[in-house]
Amino acid sequence: MNFTAPESLIFWTTIIFVVFFFLLKKFAWKPILGAVKSREESINNALDSAEKAKLEMQNLQADNQKLLKEAKAEREIMLKEARDIKNKMIEDAKGEAQEQANKMIEQAQAAIEGEKKAAMAELKNHVASLSLEIAEKVVRTELSNKDSQLQLVETMLGEKSLN
Amino acid sequence: MHRNFRMIIFYLKGMVIAKKSIKLITILVFALLPFIAIASNGGENDENKEFNASELINDHIGDSHEFHIADWNGHPISFYLPVILWTNNGLSVFSSSKFHHDNSGEHVVEVNGQEFVRHHEVIYYADKYETLNEEEKGAFNFEARPLDFSITKLVFSMLMSAIIIFLLFSAVARSYKKNNKAPKGLAGFMEPLITFVRDDIAIPNIGEKKYAKYMPYLLTIFFFIWINNLIGLIPFFPFSSNLTGNIFFTFVLSFITFLITSFSGNKDYWKHILTPPVPKALYPIMVPIEIIGIFTKPFALMIRLFANITAGHIIILSLISLIFIFKSVFIAPVSGAFVLFMSVLEMLVAALQAYVFTLLSALFIGQAVADHDHAHDEHDHEISDAEDVRGDFI
Repeated sequence: MNFTAPESLIFWTTIIFVVFFFLLKKFAWKPILGAVKSREESINNALDSAEKAKLEMQNLQADNQKLLKEAKAEREIMLKEARDIKNKMIEDAKGEAQEQANKMIEQAQAAIEGEKKAAMAELKNHVASLSLEIAEKVVRTELSNKDSQLQLVETMLGEKSLN
Repeated sequence: MHRNFRMIIFYLKGMVIAKKSIKLITILVFALLPFIAIASNGGENDENKEFNASELINDHIGDSHEFHIADWNGHPISFYLPVILWTNNGLSVFSSSKFHHDNSGEHVVEVNGQEFVRHHEVIYYADKYETLNEEEKGAFNFEARPLDFSITKLVFSMLMSAIIIFLLFSAVARSYKKNNKAPKGLAGFMEPLITFVRDDIAIPNIGEKKYAKYMPYLLTIFFFIWINNLIGLIPFFPFSSNLTGNIFFTFVLSFITFLITSFSGNKDYWKHILTPPVPKALYPIMVPIEIIGIFTKPFALMIRLFANITAGHIIILSLISLIFIFKSVFIAPVSGAFVLFMSVLEMLVAALQAYVFTLLSALFIGQAVADHDHAHDEHDHEISDAEDVRGDFI
């Protein structure tokens, strides 16, 4: 191997390397490393926030599930209540109808009783007038024949009994 | 372990993309074979001269004052680089074309009243060169030669790679200003590499709290070494220079790692070295070992990168040289197949060595800045720590 002037290579290597190093440091490594680092950070942040969003999503979903469950339960309750109310209403209507019917029957019975009484009274009046007529007839006949008059009254009275 | 696997898998993916370019490179290797061979003969028009593989390889893996492009009719075509000398009479700057491709010390160049000769890419004072015998010649003979601060082939290559990397990454940085969303295009390709350095090299070795300060350095050496390794594998001008396989280059890089490690070392780090947690009787052995350890770590970094890359270049060039050693065209497909295989392997090595250099730099820095919460005499904690470190390696 030809050793051509070791001092030349040592001298130039030192100078070139040192200058080269500082130039690269300023114009290449610092911006590159900075950019790589900041991008890595931003990627990590993005991943973190994605993870967070996922968690939030899951929470939200869980919440939804819970809400749905609650809604279902509430609907169940509401349906049950409605059914109860319906039953009660039917029940109530039935009772009321019964009551009404009873009342009407009672009223009808009272009316019938009233009618009956009125009819009785009329009948009494009628009987009285009939009796008067009969009495008149009897009296007339009496006037012709005393004995027969009396007999007539007797028989008539026997036939007719006052209520 | 998984970390290395991920690196390899990532690399294999990259290779699929690079398949086409590998093909291209191999074709170019073949196309350039005659040029490389003729170039090794120093421009002399001598088809008959014995082919010398070690000379060719030495020329290639070494440095030079001009960038050889090709030969045309036996005349080398070169890209001439400036020669900058610090002589006894001050600075002297001239073009390397003045040597007329001479590397044998015969052609004398006169500049400002001073005479120079060049022998095996080392420039000497002409008058002093005459007095040297073969053993005294060499790059470390500072008596006979001026200090050479030339922009050599490797310096040129380094400048070029620095500009390429700077343009590449400043473009990436600009794309982030416009685009705040997912990276695309160039940024999309580079960002995994940058985050790889951050997440698999810096953070595990230095720690979450302190890594940011060292990121620019780790990224710079990672890409500087990697791109230069790859540039070295491209076999034509203006690439092909063996920069990362040059021990002075790796020395500077590992020396910078050493400086950073030493200056960021905290109290615990130095305490561990100067008063290691062993019985006092062992201090005469342990303290020198710990102190030597400070230097062996960056030294190993220097040798590892240098040896790996140079070895790769030597193997590829040796395989190509086989054609000329056997003087048979029929050997070409065989050595071509091997060169293809080695080139692919070297592309893996290029990334792997950049990774290893960066990883070990991070590891050394991590050791220097580590917080020891526990007291040193608690041996249980020490052992569990050691196991952690071992676990990291396995």
